[in-house]
Amino acid sequence: MNKLHLSKASRVNFATYAMVIAAYAVLQFMGGAGILSATMRGQLVPICAYVAMALSLNLTVGVLGELSLGHAGFMSVGAFAGAVAAAALPIPSAPLRLAAAMAAGALFAALAGALVGVPVLRLNGDYLAIVTLAFGQIIKSIVENLYIGMDSRGLHTSFLENRLTLREGGLMILNGPMGINGINKISTFTAGFLLVMLILVVIFHLVGSRTGRAIMALRDNRIAAESVGIPVTKYKLMAFVIAAAMAGAAGTLFALGQNTITASKFDFNTSILILVFVVLGGQGRMWGSIIAAALLTILPEALREFADYRMLVYAVVLILVMLATNNPTLQGFFTSLFRKNKRKEAAGK
Amino acid sequence: MKKFLALLLALTLTLGLAACGGDDGGKDVPGQSGGPALRIGGVGPLTGGAAIYGNAAKGGAEIAAEEINALGGLQIELRYEDDAHDAEKSVNAYNTLKDWGMQVFLGSVTSAPGAATAAESNGDHIFYLTPSASSTAVIGGVVNPLTGSVDTPRRDNVFQMCFVDPDQGAYSAQYISDNGLGSKIAVIYKNDDVYSTGIFNSFSAKAGELGLDIVSVTTFTTDSQTDFSVQIADAKNSGADLVYLPTYYEANALILTQANAAGYSPKYFGVDGMDGILSVKGFDAALAEGVMLLTPFNADAEDERTKSFVSKYQEKYGDVPNQFAADAYDCVYAIYEALKDEEGVTEASASDLCDKLTAKFTGGSFTFTGLTGENMTWDATGAVSKYPRGMYIENGAYVGMD
Repeated sequence: MNKLHLSKASRVNFATYAMVIAAYAVLQFMGGAGILSATMRGQLVPICAYVAMALSLNLTVGVLGELSLGHAGFMSVGAFAGAVAAAALPIPSAPLRLAAAMAAGALFAALAGALVGVPVLRLNGDYLAIVTLAFGQIIKSIVENLYIGMDSRGLHTSFLENRLTLREGGLMILNGPMGINGINKISTFTAGFLLVMLILVVIFHLVGSRTGRAIMALRDNRIAAESVGIPVTKYKLMAFVIAAAMAGAAGTLFALGQNTITASKFDFNTSILILVFVVLGGQGRMWGSIIAAALLTILPEALREFADYRMLVYAVVLILVMLATNNPTLQGFFTSLFRKNKRKEAAGK
Repeated sequence: MKKFLALLLALTLTLGLAACGGDDGGKDVPGQSGGPALRIGGVGPLTGGAAIYGNAAKGGAEIAAEEINALGGLQIELRYEDDAHDAEKSVNAYNTLKDWGMQVFLGSVTSAPGAATAAESNGDHIFYLTPSASSTAVIGGVVNPLTGSVDTPRRDNVFQMCFVDPDQGAYSAQYISDNGLGSKIAVIYKNDDVYSTGIFNSFSAKAGELGLDIVSVTTFTTDSQTDFSVQIADAKNSGADLVYLPTYYEANALILTQANAAGYSPKYFGVDGMDGILSVKGFDAALAEGVMLLTPFNADAEDERTKSFVSKYQEKYGDVPNQFAADAYDCVYAIYEALKDEEGVTEASASDLCDKLTAKFTGGSFTFTGLTGENMTWDATGAVSKYPRGMYIENGAYVGMD
């Protein structure tokens, strides 16, 4: 038989692309046919944003092997930079404005990532977790004290206190702790899908490349990697900044799909929520992150039927999923199923 | 294998629990006859840090719906969804209510989620009457006193039952100035809160106009609302004799207690968020003697309607109702009174009802008397014509200042 011989990694990559494309096609079709509930339609853009966040954190946690507890901080930088850019840029076409805003969000988040990463990634140990934890809080405090307004003379900023006086027709964009109000919702499900696909392409190419192997070598054994001449800080920083930029773009997508965003949305809890997506989906397993992020975003809404027991049921489901995915009997069951199929395939030949 | 069986058992139990929970899912109001009913939805924080406000509003609205359904005329089906005081979740909750077939929306209970659901309902053209989301970003079209710009355009379907934040700030400054309550004023406010910041901004703008001497302005956030020693020391050292607290009562109770421990006893002036301070568990009510506050609702009022509401609320939920409960109660009654004489209300689309209600509310002839005010009217700005009433605390009870 003249079959393409793909490595296991490539097969998994193509299956992941196929899964995302299939999910997009089915949801688009359901949306077009009008059989999607308002709740589900409202969640499409946030789901894409959370999937992108989970993928980006999986690059830091799963591929680079560093624990980051402030990933929502990068999302916040991207969200506010992107939303201000979208409000300030005079681009009439909404998709182009969204793309420009996402680029701005990614750029600012990458800068923030470099700022945090340069001093911290030189150190060994769990310092990154502690510093990113602080970073998330610092970003929240900065945004809560930042005022940005726009009028005919351009953008004006003020820190700590709102000292802006705007000309007639002016507009406050970022209003300190009140965040950004009245956002023009230009994020679409298609844009979210394209962002997720782009992130997947970048991650899969990075992981499969020489750079990716160097990054994973650092994760598995730092001393051995250093001894063969891999520059530690350079590769760590590269992965960390790429992950931050992706989180920034995801933040912009999220912000431009909401009516209003406040800095307190991107707090420690959100960072942990994204970490939960990564851990449940499996570190380094991109398709796992996608499924976990999508399901755990939908789950609390789907559980609304249970009224007062909602959060209780949510917590129990989380624990059970965690146990079930780690249960040797279940794992053995699925592996044997898989093996049987393979054997059948082999017998069929 | 044992573990596997235990896991299976746990899964079965969860499903069982979920099924039991499902029975409570339909939140039909008791007493509703089961026939056609007007579907009113509301969103509020029923869980999380702000849950007391959401549950109070839900409780007040439920009592109103029960009373109305007992009258036998227009029937009401009420459903509240949880948003955990989060703008993203509030839109999800709103969409859930839309899927349920909501015809009139009671809005969000808190301000930041309120701005999000107001924008959504404006796009969908569903009538929105919020009991307590008092930020100007909810109704829109209000000029920001600091910058002179209109930050959110007016949303023509959105109305408020509470008074809007800037009114409270300006009114307090005016009141303090008129009555010469303090020569040196300190302000402690919560700068990550829309409500507190909104009031402070208008207070400081108005105080500047009136020439009030603000000697100390300190802030706190959700993360630092347990220790106020820095803020109290700043107010004390700058010699302030009046402390203005545009914040909610849990924080206020701590500020009063900690200031007392620090040997500082200025006069205190609060806004409607101060309402409830007397019911804080573990708070020495004697410290609140002489505290001035603005509130639209007084649970100790002597009129029949308030008395009946307070006793029903206490019987059902075990607490003394606060202004959130009273405002939500008024919201349901206001919608009922605006629609009770109309034909075919229960079958009408949300959009038609929005047109009807907006016309009625802005028509000029509709007045409403409830627990939180008499002869209230609304105009095209969406704000209610209700003015903060000054009260002070004497012997553990509210007394009118005027």
